[in-house]
Amino acid sequence: MALPGAIPLAASATTNLFAAREQMSFTLAFHIVLACLGVALPATILVANWIGLKRNDHDAIELAQRWSKAMAVTFAVGAVTGTVLSFEFGLLWPHFMERFGAAFGIAFGIEGLFFFLEAIFLAIYIYGWKRLPGWVHWWTGVPMFVTGIGGAFSVVSANSWMNQPQGFALDAAGKVTEVEPFKVIFNPATPYEVPHMILAAYMVVGFLVASIYAVGMLKGRRDRLHRLGLLIPLTIACIATPVQLLVGDTAAREVAHHQPSKFAAMECIQNTGAHQTEYIGGICTAHGVVAAIPIPDLDSLLVGFSPDSKVTGLNSIPNDERPPDNTFIHLAFDAMVGIGTGLLLLGLWFLYAWSKKRDIPRTPWFLRAVSISGIGAILALWSGWIVTEVGRQPWIVYHYMKTSEAVTDANGIWGAFIFTLLLYATIGTIAILVLRRMSRRWREGGEGTAEDMPSPYAPLGPKVET
Amino acid sequence: MSTAAAAILWTGATFYAIFGGADFGGGFWDLIAGDAHKGERPRAAIQRSLTPVWEANHVWLVFILVVLWTAFPQAFSAIFSTLYVPLALAVLGIVLRGSGFAFRSSVEGLQERRAAGAVFALSSLVTPFFMGTVVGAIAVGNVPPNGNGDAFSSWLAPAPLFIGVMFVATSAYLAAVFLVGDTRRAEDREMELYFEKRAVAAGVVAGVFAVVGLIALHSEGHYVYDRLVHEGLPLVIISAICGIGMLVVLATGGRLLLRPLAAGAVVAVIWGWFVAQFPYLLPTSLKISQGAAPDATLGAIFIVFGIACVVVLPSLLVLFILAQSDMLEHEH
Ligand code: HDD
Ligand code: HEM
Ligand code: HEM
Repeated sequence: MALPGAIPLAASATTNLFAAREQMSFTLAFHIVLACLGVALPATILVANWIGLKRNDHDAIELAQRWSKAMAVTFAVGAVTGTVLSFEFGLLWPHFMERFGAAFGIAFGIEGLFFFLEAIFLAIYIYGWKRLPGWVHWWTGVPMFVTGIGGAFSVVSANSWMNQPQGFALDAAGKVTEVEPFKVIFNPATPYEVPHMILAAYMVVGFLVASIYAVGMLKGRRDRLHRLGLLIPLTIACIATPVQLLVGDTAAREVAHHQPSKFAAMECIQNTGAHQTEYIGGICTAHGVVAAIPIPDLDSLLVGFSPDSKVTGLNSIPNDERPPDNTFIHLAFDAMVGIGTGLLLLGLWFLYAWSKKRDIPRTPWFLRAVSISGIGAILALWSGWIVTEVGRQPWIVYHYMKTSEAVTDANGIWGAFIFTLLLYATIGTIAILVLRRMSRRWREGGEGTAEDMPSPYAPLGPKVET
Repeated sequence: MSTAAAAILWTGATFYAIFGGADFGGGFWDLIAGDAHKGERPRAAIQRSLTPVWEANHVWLVFILVVLWTAFPQAFSAIFSTLYVPLALAVLGIVLRGSGFAFRSSVEGLQERRAAGAVFALSSLVTPFFMGTVVGAIAVGNVPPNGNGDAFSSWLAPAPLFIGVMFVATSAYLAAVFLVGDTRRAEDREMELYFEKRAVAAGVVAGVFAVVGLIALHSEGHYVYDRLVHEGLPLVIISAICGIGMLVVLATGGRLLLRPLAAGAVVAVIWGWFVAQFPYLLPTSLKISQGAAPDATLGAIFIVFGIACVVVLPSLLVLFILAQSDMLEHEH
């Protein structure tokens, strides 16, 4: 029998910390893309399905069918990678869960509930093609839309709680003695993080799906199906974008007030004071930013609507509480804002052309722009999470627990990380190949649609070849 | 209140053992079904009955994890910082299994389908085995309450390993029994016999390893062993009766009681484990009440659990009904 503490531990806490962070961020970055599909594809599918029913439009129905089939595959991979994340809470951060699991852990239970329901209704929806009357079938899809949003709400509220923890009391030993679940879930960061993430999901899905059809059109497939496949998701994404920028602006102001160390890192603010310059790009050094485009006073103006607003700089933050990798955080923030602005311009271009000619812009440059917009939105999504998570360092729970206190003493995390990289690369590649093959089969026509396409969820399942 | 939370945990474990177990067992039979030609029909039968439910089955695991880390954070941390090797291997099995299954139904061509299928089947073996060693290591008291127990000797011991094998055999047994029912409804007499033979074999193996595990428990985990043969004895007897009863029913060609008996044997073992551990979460160092979260948190868990019962179970039922009627549709 093993005695506690009797075994010398080969792993040192510092190398473990680094490995565990890399592992966590990689698996999260993988999961979050699939998660966006789970959150925002249902609405996209339902819009196409609705148009199809209202206007008796076969192309729209065909699109909705295809997307729901593709979603079955991405959802399955999303569920598996989500389960990995749940294990990682224990495998990588046992001390974090030990101290705070009682406070914020339940959010994941609610998440599980929502996504479980989503899986069930996705199966029913796929099953219902051709089996249920049109509108009844449409309504069986509505729960997916609700559960996608509900699930995103609950996980992201857990993350907001890590940024602005509240709703619990600690005893002298640091053990959680009292919890107010409502205060945990509705913490001060929830009102901006949750909508920001949900809108991000709609942007990612909208631009990503549109970009697939844009590539098809650039290859000369200019049929009605492709046009519609581009128009529907692009419209959704272009509606989400301006709202997203407003929410992001609010988020930045909130972060400036409540998580000053993160904000100082995002903007490379070295010294506390008024009249802060906004720097675009560049490299952060202890003496300020080099190689950046400076805009005097703008930062103060953005934070407090006046050039005289005081903004906290890194010099007011104790050395051991400053976030690492300032330049990285700063550039990630700029990337998010830059891409967001670029996508807004793309939307305006689209709006302009539509209001003139009721059509998408004719030039191939528009299609080229749309075809990279999906990747762009994903990059913005990742950048935003880097700002949030790396910017919170060295804290895992802001001002309550350091990440270094949370990490496991287990051995072999580097090995596991390298293994995970290879495994996920394989799974990702296969998933993309499977989706591409599905789309090729659809293009070649024939049996490709709802009934015959196997799906891991549908009760129908694959027809077994005997 | 903490006991109620523990009961919820064990309820989740019960569902996972029955449905998840049968699911893994299906993979086991798939694995040993032989070459593409010989194994074609059993594999088809397995796939037919697994497809509708495999996702639902693994959600029980997520449920167990969430309840454990929310209601009993200390135990969660102790278990994960000690048994990280088998847990990491179990989650690897889950990843491979989930993706193998998802892709198998979406790829075409025998070669690829076979590759995906092989991954799926092999990983079906890995997960229950390592889950079993985790349960065994907890039961014999190898998880210290503050975590960081020995990464290997904690589970590389006779009792946890036997329990791991027992988990594999039990899943195979459950799957075979469910498949007997499914193939019967499909009026596939040949497959029915095929799985009937396997159900008996797996049942016997599971029984043998249950007994061997019990003997190992006697020397490695006194507390749990003692309570199992005293307070837990009725449940042990029920399990044995169900097991033997099932063999009798199979031998006499009866079908009606098969599923309840098979499930009953498993349910009795799981709750026997609960009774045997009581009042400990980690025998004999961490009591259920010691490691529990504050009452408000436990209350939130009860609410979520209640909602799950009210909302999720009916939806799941609809899905099962659709699945069953669809299967019938396919047979005729
Ligand atoms: C499509 C993606 C996308 C786009 C275009 C934007 N964001 Fe964003 N942003 C995210 C996707 C995202 C995100 C990945 O979803 C984050 C990470 C955590 C969160 O809640 O949202 C995020 C976080 C995040 C944070 C950190 C919040 C925190 O740490 O609590 C700030 C300050 C901003 N964003 C600000 C902006 C601004 C000012 C934008 C544009 C003008 C902007 N975001 C566009
Ligand atoms: C609900 C959502 C999330 C939760 C609960 C969460 C939780 C965590 C935890 C526990 C860690 C490890 C401790 C730490 O380093 O702070 C972490 C780190 C990290 N996460 Fe998140 N995370 C969430 C979403 C995401 C997403 C979607 C991404 C996507 C890219 C992400 C990116 C990262 C990165 C880059 C790190 C490493 C930070 C560093 O150590 O420098 N997170 N997160
Ligand atoms: C550390 C953080 C996270 C953990 C532990 C986690 C855990 C999980 C788990 C266990 C599942 C499977 C649930 C089931 O099958 O019922 C899942 C699926 C899912 N998660 Fe996460 N998750 C995390 C972060 C996120 C974030 C930030 C989002 C974003 C909104 C998200 C969105 C989803 C979605 C939409 C699904 C459904 C499957 C899919 O669409 O691919 N998750 N997650």
